[in-house]
Amino acid sequence: MESDVLVVDDSAAIRKILQRVLRQTGMAIRDIYEAGDGQEALQVLNSQKINLVLTDINMPKMDGIQLLAAIKGAPEWRSIPVVMVTTEGGEAKVGEAVRLGAAGYVRKPFTADQIKEKLLGVLPAAMSL
Amino acid sequence: MNLKDHLVESLSQAVEDVFSTMLGVSIVPGEVRSENEAPDAHDGVLSFIGLAGSWAGTGCLSCSPVLACRACSQMLMTETTSVNEEVLDAVAELTNMIIGSVKNDLERELGPLGLSIPTVVFGKNFRTKSAGHAEWIVRRFHWDSDAFEVRICLAPSEHPAGLQPHALGPANQMGI
Repeated sequence: MESDVLVVDDSAAIRKILQRVLRQTGMAIRDIYEAGDGQEALQVLNSQKINLVLTDINMPKMDGIQLLAAIKGAPEWRSIPVVMVTTEGGEAKVGEAVRLGAAGYVRKPFTADQIKEKLLGVLPAAMSL
Repeated sequence: MNLKDHLVESLSQAVEDVFSTMLGVSIVPGEVRSENEAPDAHDGVLSFIGLAGSWAGTGCLSCSPVLACRACSQMLMTETTSVNEEVLDAVAELTNMIIGSVKNDLERELGPLGLSIPTVVFGKNFRTKSAGHAEWIVRRFHWDSDAFEVRICLAPSEHPAGLQPHALGPANQMGI
C-alpha cells in the first residue's frame, strides 16, 4: 500500500529537499503534498487522506506545535504519525512535541539517512492508516 | 570560557555543520572581529533572524549574490545564476539553521530563547542598524575563493518577552 505524505515548512527550499529525500528512501510513497504553515496544512488534511506528516515548528500563522496539537486533537487525524523536522532543539519544545504525541524529532541540519531512519520507524503505522 | 568565546566557537561549529550537511561542502573559518558601530553599507544578500528571551539579539548572514546562487544551487541541486525567490529562501533557511543551532547551544547557559522567522534582503548600498547597543561578533568564512560573514549580537534583555527590533536604514536600491 502506498502512503500520501504532507510536508509542512515555511521554507520552499526545505520542502523541496524533503520531497527529494522522501523519493530517495525507496518507501512506497504515492503523493507528496506541501504546505507553508499550519493553517495550509489543515486545509490539505481536510481535503486529502494523509498517512504521514513532516512538519517544521517555527512557522508564521500557525506553528508546528499548534498543528501537532490540532492533529492529535481530532479523532479522524489522531492516528497520523507526525514527525517534527526543525531547528528547535530546546528541551521545552522537544518535550512539548513528545507530550502532544509526535512520532519523531529530526533536528536541522539533517542528512537523508537521518530522515530515512526516522521514517522507517513510523512508516508501519502510516501504512496501516 | 566567556560568552564571547562560546559564541565564536558555537557559530563556527554551526556554520561548518550546516554547510557540510546541507550542501556537502567544506567551509574554512576565517578571522573574527568585534564591531560596536553599525556596519558599512551592504551590497548583496543579507539574511537576519531575531533571538528573544532573557537574552536578546540578532544573527545575520551576509554574502555576495554569486555565493548566494552557488549555495542555493548546491543545496537544491539546481543551476541558479541570478538571485530569485528560491535563492533568497535558501539563504534565509541557511541562516535559520545556523542561528538556530547557536540558539540551541546557548540555551544550556542562558535559558530558553525564541527564534523569529528569518528576513532576507537583496540590494545595493543599503545600511542596517540594530536598535540595541550590543557588540557584534563577526566571523568570516571561506568557501573556496568565495567568502561570507556571519555576525551575531546578544545582550541581556530589558524586555524578556519581546524581540529586539532590527531596522533597515536608507538605501539607494533595495529589493526584498
